[in-house]
Amino acid sequence: MNIPYTVEERPDTGLTNGKFGIWLFLASEVMLFGALFSTYILLRVGAEEWPHGELSVPLGTINTIILISSSVTMVMAWASLKMNDWAKHRLYLALTLVLSGIFLGIKYVEYSEHFGKGEGPWHSNFFALYFTMTGLHALHIICGMIVMLYFLGPGAKMWKKNPEQFTNRIEATGLYWHFVDLVWIFLFPVLYLL
Amino acid sequence: MHSDSAAVRKSVRTYITVFVMLMIFTVLTVAVSRFHFAVPIAIAVALIIAATKGSMVGTVFMHLSHEKQAIYGTILLTFLFFFLLLFLPLLTHLDRVHV
Repeated sequence: MNIPYTVEERPDTGLTNGKFGIWLFLASEVMLFGALFSTYILLRVGAEEWPHGELSVPLGTINTIILISSSVTMVMAWASLKMNDWAKHRLYLALTLVLSGIFLGIKYVEYSEHFGKGEGPWHSNFFALYFTMTGLHALHIICGMIVMLYFLGPGAKMWKKNPEQFTNRIEATGLYWHFVDLVWIFLFPVLYLL
Repeated sequence: MHSDSAAVRKSVRTYITVFVMLMIFTVLTVAVSRFHFAVPIAIAVALIIAATKGSMVGTVFMHLSHEKQAIYGTILLTFLFFFLLLFLPLLTHLDRVHV
């Protein structure tokens, strides 16, 4: 059975089901991360002292640059499909995957350094928040990578059968990826700089 | 919404411009943090820069500058609850201060 409105837009919302669905999912994600940011504010306001300079700003900055770059390659992967350039789409999607891998690699280095010094989540409220927030964010990166791997691999077949639906799927993946970037844009100053 | 390839071709230049702006704002965020402002000012400045970067990602990369009403409605409702979630717990802190 074919699911309706995968390509044509619904008459009531003017959107495809997939696009409206991903936005509703992102709304729930805002609330998930919102709960953690709320916890951060509450703990920070209530603390007599708050640690400063515990995290590596250069590594955090590099990761910010990497994630912003991956957002650009992701939107270019979608734009390439709209311009009917399959080869460029593959290149940009693969680049996004590589950049997300580098992001996780740097996160691994940071985590190893902190665990090596005994600064695990049990160490303080700051580190509990740091590992929870960045850990959840890293989990989102991994999920995004799995989706990208799927579209670079078996999922790519859809381009020949139904290019418009495939483009919509990449758009939904992109929306998710930009959201992950957006969360990091706020996590970076909150955890590394303030 | 961008649906034709000519419109998307035009948008590519905007994507690159926004990318450069995001890089500049990232450097600015780190540079400002070196000034050691008072905590409330430092938080305000960092959050204003982050919000500016976030709005650029939202409006350009996520195409919110030209979306359908249903998505704007969803976002508006989400942010209403987001701000409630963010600031309501602080009331418990205020209670404690005044007791």
